[in-house]
Amino acid sequence: MHSLMKGILAPHLENMLTSCVLSISDLHVSVEGTVVIKGLSLEIQKGEVHAIMGRNGAGKSTLANVLMGHPDYEITQGSIHFNGTPLDELEVFERARAGMFLSFQYPQAIPGVQVGTFLRKSVQAVRKDDCPNNRELRDEMKAAMKILGVDNSFLARYVNDGFSGGEKKRLEILQMLLLKPKLAMLDETDSGLDIDALRMVADGINSISDDAACLVITHYQRLLDHVKPSHVHVMIDGRIVKEGGSELAIQVEDKGYDWLEPTNA
Amino acid sequence: MSQDARDAVGDYRYGFHDPENATIRFDFGLSEQVVRDISELKNEPQWMTDIRVKAFKHFIARPMPDWGNSEMLNSIDFEKVCYYLKSSKGSETDWEEVPEDIKNTFERLGIPDAEQKWLGGVTAQYESEVVYHSIREDLEEQGVVFLDMDSGLREYEDVVKQYFGSVVPYSDNKFSALNTAVWSGGSFLIIPEGVHVEMPVQAYFRINAKNMGQFERTLIIARPGSSVHYIEGCTAPTYSSDSLHSAVVELIAEEGAHIRYSTVQNWSANVYNLVTKRGVAYRNSTIEWVDGNIGSRLTMKYPAVILKEEGAHAEVISVAYSGEGQHQDAGSKVHHLAPNTSSRILAKSISKNGGRSSYRGLVKVSPKAHNCKVSVVCDALLLDEDSRSDTYPTMEVSNQSCVVEHEASVSKVSGEQLFYLMSRGHTEEEAMGMIINGFFEPFTKELPLEYASELNKLLEMEMEGSIG
Ligand SMILES: Nc1ncnc2c1ncn2[C@@H]1O[C@H](COP(=O)(O)OP(=O)(O)OP(=O)(O)O)[C@@H](O)[C@H]1O
Ligand SMILES: [Mg+2]
Repeated sequence: MHSLMKGILAPHLENMLTSCVLSISDLHVSVEGTVVIKGLSLEIQKGEVHAIMGRNGAGKSTLANVLMGHPDYEITQGSIHFNGTPLDELEVFERARAGMFLSFQYPQAIPGVQVGTFLRKSVQAVRKDDCPNNRELRDEMKAAMKILGVDNSFLARYVNDGFSGGEKKRLEILQMLLLKPKLAMLDETDSGLDIDALRMVADGINSISDDAACLVITHYQRLLDHVKPSHVHVMIDGRIVKEGGSELAIQVEDKGYDWLEPTNA
Repeated sequence: MSQDARDAVGDYRYGFHDPENATIRFDFGLSEQVVRDISELKNEPQWMTDIRVKAFKHFIARPMPDWGNSEMLNSIDFEKVCYYLKSSKGSETDWEEVPEDIKNTFERLGIPDAEQKWLGGVTAQYESEVVYHSIREDLEEQGVVFLDMDSGLREYEDVVKQYFGSVVPYSDNKFSALNTAVWSGGSFLIIPEGVHVEMPVQAYFRINAKNMGQFERTLIIARPGSSVHYIEGCTAPTYSSDSLHSAVVELIAEEGAHIRYSTVQNWSANVYNLVTKRGVAYRNSTIEWVDGNIGSRLTMKYPAVILKEEGAHAEVISVAYSGEGQHQDAGSKVHHLAPNTSSRILAKSISKNGGRSSYRGLVKVSPKAHNCKVSVVCDALLLDEDSRSDTYPTMEVSNQSCVVEHEASVSKVSGEQLFYLMSRGHTEEEAMGMIINGFFEPFTKELPLEYASELNKLLEMEMEGSIG
């Protein structure tokens, strides 16, 4: 729905609108001259967990990147609203400050920047309104690190520099817990995690999911055993071809994607 | 200086200047008479006058280096430099005795505050003379000598006579000759045998006047088994005419001693900074140069260590930051003259807005130096297409048993790194500042915390308004 409709709707409908954290309508995206997303619509309300599944190259990361504002991706058609604001009005850092968070499929190393410093600076940048003081932040960090099973030495390391795959993913979730986003997008955060780490990451997601809207990109039912999705979408070739509840994820895990190809349907 | 270059230094934080209240000011220009006048004014022994005059003659005869940045070097007009300027009566040991405006300058630079909190001793040089020096009582009781170089010559003439020019002879290069001819101020530091100076001592160099030449001379002697961390900081006001800073620093680390010499030079962009720094390391001693070059128009500086006896170790960590109109030509030299000596050089540079950074290094291993270890790592980071980085690493290894490691890299800030940081709420400038601070972290972590956070702030400020 469009933000222009605000104010002309009955109050209860307007409430529904405002609880709509993310609203994507007929989105087309191209990168380096090729069209990757070809007409995608999606709405996510607060408290919902949406899972997106799809083959390699289907355009899942592209969707996440375009939502976060990656400069390489061009929106050629359609619109995205975040809490009623058209996203194209916001710079990347403004999106983060407005409450969007992306857990990257491939988090970047920032050599020489300590995790502790980075977390503190990021919290100060993003949570301007309810910025915890140093002591509160330390307590929050402790609690979050406990959920994720990382110890204090983690804070002295350089951001993602020489991290194992699993450590990178834990740092992403640690950031998510501290930044308290309104929309959390997780791009294959479960990939490459051992069983224990997977459970910890899932605990992390569950701990925010009541207050946030979550978009979880995954290839595996595994994560969805721990994080109950309210909606599951299957993406093929830049479009959502099927929507369902958590049973759809089980079907996909069972049968793969062929049966969902538009030509086979 | 071009208008562009002036714009580039327009927001230089230390660019303020005081009224010039000179008590003695020499006319512009250099001659044998000027050299003799400086010596006479200081009431020096004849031998020092003689060295000065010899050095002056060498300076005149010696051609300008034909390497580095010849164009910038040749634009220095030695006749438009004031070679001696004194603004105070003498060197005080109480800030209250220092002339008001000079005291204010150093207060603005945070020196008295730092002294109280975390320094073992301070000297502050303003133009040609040290205006303030002090050392903690406990260090003095242990026999540590920390004076300005002129007082050192007066009070410890034998020591100065023995070591002055023993590490950097006046004939070493054109600018060591110039310094020897007209030197004034600088530090004189002796750490007695077995004494460990736990708190760093700091020298602060400030040029205030226009067209000023500052030629301090520093001598540090660490007796056997002693240790010290010496820090120097430098700033100057921003003028559209040029100033010249040409220092000579000599270090002597006797058996088992440890000298760390840290510099953060943040000269304004109208200063030519042409400095010769060298140390001699005896048996099992360590000399470390921690050298940060952020300011100046042209810096040519290659801190050197001569590993003279077995087991000596050299460590040189340097960073260079070159913005618009700047050229940092920096690096390091190490001579392995004895067996089982080791050296580690880490040079990092950042170039931005057409700035130019060069790493120029020389590692020599003599035939007699068995089982040496040499490691040289140079990393350059370019922030845009207009900037430039060059590496001139020279290795002359004449002993086969030497283990040499050498790595060099040139990289650019990746868009993906910036995007990652911006997705965490940081503006592009903040993100760039974080990446740069991280890149310099191997250097900053060697500095005392207070210095490191100052430097980080400085670099973040350099990023402000630079993107977009
Ligand atoms: N920056 C880019 N430059 C060029 N092509 C790109 C770029 N980003 C994505 N693509 C292309 O867009 C298509 C979709 O890529 P995307 O990364 O979104 O897939 P994905 O669904 O996340 O796949 P995976 O499951 O492998 O992570 C691919 O063909 C990919 O090569
Ligand atoms: Mg992907």
